[in-house]
Amino acid sequence: MLLFVLIITTVVYVFCQALGYGLGFVGIALILAGAMSIGSYYYSDKIVLATSGAKPIQKSDNPELFRIIENLCIGDGLPMPKIYIINDPSPNAFATGRDPQHAIVCVTTGILPLLNKSELEGVIAHELSHVKNFDIRLMGIVAVLVGFIVILANLFTRQLWWGGFGRDREDRGGNAQAIFLLIGILLAILSPIAATLIQLAVSRKRELLADASGVLLTRYPEALASALEKLSKDPHSLKSASNATAHLFIVNPFKGKNTKQMFSSLFDTHPPIAERIKILRSM
Amino acid sequence: MNSTLTLVAVILIIVAFAWYLYNSIIVAKMRVSEALSQIDVQLKRRTDLIPNLVETVKGYAKHEKELFEKVTEARASLVSAKGLSEKAQANNELSKTLKSIFAVAEAYPDLKASQNFMELQEEVSDTENKIAYARQFYNSVVLSYNAKLQVFPNVLFAKVLNFKPADFFGATAEEKKPVKVSF
Repeated sequence: MLLFVLIITTVVYVFCQALGYGLGFVGIALILAGAMSIGSYYYSDKIVLATSGAKPIQKSDNPELFRIIENLCIGDGLPMPKIYIINDPSPNAFATGRDPQHAIVCVTTGILPLLNKSELEGVIAHELSHVKNFDIRLMGIVAVLVGFIVILANLFTRQLWWGGFGRDREDRGGNAQAIFLLIGILLAILSPIAATLIQLAVSRKRELLADASGVLLTRYPEALASALEKLSKDPHSLKSASNATAHLFIVNPFKGKNTKQMFSSLFDTHPPIAERIKILRSM
Repeated sequence: MNSTLTLVAVILIIVAFAWYLYNSIIVAKMRVSEALSQIDVQLKRRTDLIPNLVETVKGYAKHEKELFEKVTEARASLVSAKGLSEKAQANNELSKTLKSIFAVAEAYPDLKASQNFMELQEEVSDTENKIAYARQFYNSVVLSYNAKLQVFPNVLFAKVLNFKPADFFGATAEEKKPVKVSF
């Protein structure tokens, strides 16, 4: 998070110096990003549910699932989330909601017959930990910051392209401004990529944290380890997941599509399953 | 002039820190009592299931009078129990009678097969799970509270303000013995 803030302040400073403009554009970018974030903060759960075609269920539809979630919530002191099911053979689960009072847990129909009770408990405990650690809120804020940087970089390049430097140009020494210009161009190209990489790195770390918190709840790491093994062996890909929602799921919903091994690991929202299993089995 | 200013600043910082610490310890303490009550919520749920269970069993096993008397007795003693240790004992008695009910049910195949009984069995086993989870949560909250009292800067304040650490929930000596299953 600190790194993010540092990057943003550096980028903003360089852009402003390079263009000679005041902080007006920074303000615009912040407002835009802020508006997007408020929308996503309050409606993210509805949006996610709508795009994935999830249906809510009652206790009578699946009492065992309900009981598992209920008991784990008691164990963590969390209020009971709303429960949804996605009709898809690919086994997966996700949780969303800005805080435990507005949480939603969703599983696919593919996961229910695949895992036994302890494994399902491990998976649900992982999802509930995401809610408990406010990961959804964190990733939302991070997404806003990334958006902010992208907008800034965009504004900067636009200004550059259409010409028109600030009035300050007469007063400043030409050299200093040229240097800032150069750095500014470099940052405009690189900062969106860097920001996205940081966002993905944060996402991976929080996944590992959710694994650990989930195991702290169930006290049974082997269950989650074997669940992850089973999930990784399944060849199906989740139809209704998109790039925007991929990070919410317990395993990467776009399995089997990673061609470049080295680059894909940097761009993954989840740490590799083998690594997660290794960490779990060493607990 | 400067040194008095720094002295005042230092005192203010210490006071602010102590204030924050006190509040966070108080909140942790309240969480502990809430978690304790949550265990009671689950125990009460189990107690409430008992009458239903007894009625169902009575329907099929009319002659097991001794068993029903024991259950009624155990339940009455739980209702009249006061204080933590009395309640804990009464709860243990109730657990034992529950085990006897299920043991007795083994002898009546009609009862075992009845939908009602199977659902109740499911409910009781689920309630036992809930009690276990409530206890686990209580322990984790007690851990936070006790740790708050013992980490470095807090330990100095905690002694002054007379905070006492809470007890973890453990198994009694009898519960730790291996369970004998006999048919």
